[in-house]
Amino acid sequence: MRQDKLLSVKNLTVTFSTSKGPVNAVRGVSFDLGRERLGIVGESGSGKSQTGRAILGLTAANGSIAADEMQFHDVDLRNLSPRQWRKVRGARISMIMQDPKYSLNPVMTIGDQIIEAYREHHKVGTKEATHRAIEMLEAVKIRDPQRVFKSYPHEVSGGMGQRVMIAMMLIPDPELLIADEPTSALDVTVQLQVMAILDDLVRERGMALIFISHDLHLVSSFCDRVLVMYQGRVVEEIRASELDQAKHPYTQGLLNCLPKMDGNHNDLPVLQRQASWAEG
Amino acid sequence: MIEIENLNAWFGENHVLKDVSLKVAKNGSFGLVGESGSGKSTVLRTMTGLVDDWEGNIVVHGHELGPKRDKTFYRQVQMVFQDPFGSLHPRHTIDRILSEPVSVHKLGDSDRRVVKVLEQVGLNNSFRFRYPHQLSGGQRQRVAIARALILEPSVLLLDEPTSALDVSIQAEVLNLLAALRRDLGLTYIMVSHDLAVVAHVCDDIAIMNHGRIVERATASQLAQGSLEHPYSQQLYKAAGGYDRAVIDSFVDWD
Repeated sequence: MRQDKLLSVKNLTVTFSTSKGPVNAVRGVSFDLGRERLGIVGESGSGKSQTGRAILGLTAANGSIAADEMQFHDVDLRNLSPRQWRKVRGARISMIMQDPKYSLNPVMTIGDQIIEAYREHHKVGTKEATHRAIEMLEAVKIRDPQRVFKSYPHEVSGGMGQRVMIAMMLIPDPELLIADEPTSALDVTVQLQVMAILDDLVRERGMALIFISHDLHLVSSFCDRVLVMYQGRVVEEIRASELDQAKHPYTQGLLNCLPKMDGNHNDLPVLQRQASWAEG
Repeated sequence: MIEIENLNAWFGENHVLKDVSLKVAKNGSFGLVGESGSGKSTVLRTMTGLVDDWEGNIVVHGHELGPKRDKTFYRQVQMVFQDPFGSLHPRHTIDRILSEPVSVHKLGDSDRRVVKVLEQVGLNNSFRFRYPHQLSGGQRQRVAIARALILEPSVLLLDEPTSALDVSIQAEVLNLLAALRRDLGLTYIMVSHDLAVVAHVCDDIAIMNHGRIVERATASQLAQGSLEHPYSQQLYKAAGGYDRAVIDSFVDWD
């Protein structure tokens, strides 16, 4: 699945200037991405979300990005003007965030928001856009798309809201989708159903997916390849199917400290962090 | 120790708990599992008096609870909430957060109690005069547990105590909770959406859906996956990760 290289990141560093001096959130991350599903896993503060945001130029104002290479097809993502970014964001690279409650506009109907996303990148009339938006709501398996189209975000459940987000992000037909903890605000069964929808659409459209999550098990059962991040660095890259053969003590520690349904109440092994992991 | 019989609760017109019954022995740990809206947290909130409109029998330590809880009840029963960011006062030092329950209950000797309880939850004395924002999520949850423990209660009600934490920190907090139960002879009722967490901490487990307990199991039954109700089977399978065939078999329980 990796024949054509879509995105190439070399030595990405994201630095935030804070009142306590500069903080390196991402330190020298490199990876190539083809038409595949790549998982980025790490705990809070590992830099996984900042890596995703840097690819879309969404790093906060007090942050700066440095990289030897950030190539998306023919586009160099390092020094785009705001106007050039608008041509990339949404149209070619899109992002789904964690909580639909905060990422949907509360005072605009769901239909209008999807239409807005579509017409930003396609010059079509309202009628055509409405038609496409309803089709898209069907594609994310919303049972009554006409009703949801006219609803406001607070009138739908969390799982439904996240499907709406997926619909909105996919309607301009991007080549790469970055999903930042897209399902962690949802119940387990709903979470898996939303992932199945994402899986289908990504396959059908031949898109690449970067799936950012703290849940190592979930990611490895879903993605082709996983990057494990610790304190801003990639400490291990591993094929998802070979997760049980993880070599880095951090990856092993993360797997071991999960409670298991084995009926015993023994103490869980605790992660013994080593300073050397952060140096790489 | 704790006996709840036919507990029903309402939020306005909404009937949110339907004939919930459970028993927890002294030093036992009981787990309530379910998805959002299943009523699992409402059971705890009703016990502590945070829900007004309820019917049924709640007996703690042989005392049947009436519409109001008195101070002796809160000395016995304390609750730990999910979000360690929201449940600690941002402008109070850890010392003040911990000594407030002591002064409310007029126990006195707060200095000694604060030092002792911090040690019990594995925080050294240097944390005592810090503010919550200077602590990590795991340390904050330890403070929340310490605040519950400082009254030397016999029952802890744990509402998703680790779901806001990273898995490595979750392991530390779960180990702490297990050690405290062992050492202090505490009784737990724990609420979680995570079947594995509950199976790890609790001996007896009830699975809730739409305000009702649909199935009861012991930790060893759960380990074998011997569940009967289709809803609990679905929840059990969902805990196994992303498996397309399993997902396609899911049924909506709305």
